[in-house]
Amino acid sequence: MTVAAPPLFPDPARLTVTDIAVARGGRPVFADLSCAVEPGGALRLAGPNGGGKSTVLRVIAGLLRPLTGFVAWDGATIADDPAAHAQRVAYLGHADALKSALTARENAETALAIAGRAPTGQSASERGRPGENAALDRAFALLDLERLADLPAAWLSAGQRRRVALARVIASGCPLWLLDEPTVGLDTASVAALERAIADHRQAGGMVIAATHIALDLGPGDESLDPGAFPWRHAESAVDEALV
Amino acid sequence: MSAFLAVIARDLRLARRQGTDVAMTLAFFVVVVAMFPLGLGPTPELLARIAPAVLWVTSLLAAMLSFDRLFQQDSEDGGLDQLALSGLPLSLLALAKACAHWLTTGLPMLVLAPMLGISLNLAPQSYGVLVATLALGTPVVSLFGVVGAALVVGARRAGVLVALIVLPLLIPILIFAVSAIDAASAGLSVRVHLLFLGAILAAAIPLAPLAAGAALRQALD
Amino acid sequence: MHRFANPTRFFRLANTVLPVLAAVTAVLFASGLYYGLFDSPPDYQQGDTVRIMYVHVPAAWAAMACYATMALAGASFLIWKHILADLAARAAAPIGAGFTLIALVTGSLWGQPMWGTWWVWDARLTSVLILFFLYLGYIALVNAFDDPDRGGRAGAVLALVGAVNLPIIKFSVDWWNTLHQPASVLRMDGPSIAPEMLLPLLLMAGAYFALFGVMMILRIRSLYAGRRLRQLRLAAASE
Repeated sequence: MTVAAPPLFPDPARLTVTDIAVARGGRPVFADLSCAVEPGGALRLAGPNGGGKSTVLRVIAGLLRPLTGFVAWDGATIADDPAAHAQRVAYLGHADALKSALTARENAETALAIAGRAPTGQSASERGRPGENAALDRAFALLDLERLADLPAAWLSAGQRRRVALARVIASGCPLWLLDEPTVGLDTASVAALERAIADHRQAGGMVIAATHIALDLGPGDESLDPGAFPWRHAESAVDEALV
Repeated sequence: MSAFLAVIARDLRLARRQGTDVAMTLAFFVVVVAMFPLGLGPTPELLARIAPAVLWVTSLLAAMLSFDRLFQQDSEDGGLDQLALSGLPLSLLALAKACAHWLTTGLPMLVLAPMLGISLNLAPQSYGVLVATLALGTPVVSLFGVVGAALVVGARRAGVLVALIVLPLLIPILIFAVSAIDAASAGLSVRVHLLFLGAILAAAIPLAPLAAGAALRQALD
Repeated sequence: MHRFANPTRFFRLANTVLPVLAAVTAVLFASGLYYGLFDSPPDYQQGDTVRIMYVHVPAAWAAMACYATMALAGASFLIWKHILADLAARAAAPIGAGFTLIALVTGSLWGQPMWGTWWVWDARLTSVLILFFLYLGYIALVNAFDDPDRGGRAGAVLALVGAVNLPIIKFSVDWWNTLHQPASVLRMDGPSIAPEMLLPLLLMAGAYFALFGVMMILRIRSLYAGRRLRQLRLAAASE
């Protein structure tokens, strides 16, 4: 089962992260961190707990503003046009962002509608039929969610919920995927399906940045980055800079 | 615009699916109003005198119970991040949340309050004004509630905290609304009172979403 | 403004100012209380009871100035993200709450001989009471987060919202009071101020504001020390 993926992203853009520093709750996390991802590229964020993998993802998503430095898309700083950047990003956080009261399908459709990615499809989904969204149909098929589509998210297991959240990312059509521990709770078949989706996405010119500490295959030519390798230079000055 | 409507549609759909959440708020409204005749005795004149204040204070308390629905769950399940990444400015997101909250809490109270007014022997000429004050006042309650709920995202004891923060800010609404209904019961003009309520609403519609947007920005950081 | 943004420079200045300000506070309180309690005429209506005014009215002024300080500090924290602004806003809140409490208690003590009851819903007292509620909400919010930064930022937004609302609240309470005012109640702002009364009143106002300054410096210093301790412990743990 492969997803037929046309070249989705005709104008290739480069994501650059320049000298960002972040302190959270007054605690210095990392400083002077720089990296870049080319169109079709992949970046793996590795390292121990508390090293700042999730923080890097949140900064790149535009959810968290760094103390210094900036993130740029095609040379333009994302903070200058957050709405445009939001349209490029599909973010999978620690939490699945599913509403228990909605079905798996409705969850994905609602999220895509709010992100401006699809018609609401309310009437279709109310009748329990697959909606109009072909990309979502393919994502559900890929992650073997079709039989679960009409079950309330409250009934799903942790791994099933993770798959629904992943389907939302895969169907988003966004060029930049930001995945925070995407494999948590997934079985081997689902991990393989995710790897296929990532490969197709990259082939179409999309980018993937994933924080993961298992051997998720992001495909050929992926780079690796450990935010823990960018400490604030001196603990003492870090204290002052984080304070001031 | 479509994202704005999609957020409202999502919240309305969630409210419909989890109907008990809304019903509990309204049941609280009814039960607390019923406590007053039981506590004070059923003297019709006394009840008529306190009816405007009882209805308004109780509607404020009931609204306080509903604010933790606004952002708390979204912040816990990661939904707030997704909403922030919808491309919708945070202030408009807050406005959409306020609209959905008003439709699920303020509007039903608007319908319920006259019936509860009957049980409190409210003067017959006051019903129209009661509904008018609620129509002008409850949107302000929802708007301030969104500010308060955005401020307490991630706080301990967020439900109590939001009431402590928001209730003092709503004192002007309470004063103008109750004095309008009192004036109507006494056969006086209510125009000035309603104008004040309308002015507060007109100021709150742009300002409260701005404040709530700033609060959400801080909550995400 | 930015010259004092460096904590080291700020504390150097503050430590020089502190003893002087403390001495000024003591002198102002001593002279204000002397003039107020012994060397000013009794009111022709209220007699010696009017002397409570010298404690009550400046406390209410200081409480309002405190809220303004808090809102301004909060705004500059949101704009410049400077820690001293955050600490100043946090420091001002309990001080302001203390001043409102003094105003409320002395108002009640003043009301007893005048009205024959410990509490009357007088417009001014009611406004001060609501100001007290606003302080309580702020203090509760700021301390409700595990991350002190988050609390400070939420508090800053709340202080600004409160500052915008205060005039509306004040107006609505005055309006409410005129609707419900029983004719017989003697208003607190009733007696016109005689010049002999103005001197102790201004001395006491100066004393309260100087005390505010002293307590601000002390509290900012201790809040900064607490924050720094937290930093150093975190830094030591991550070595």
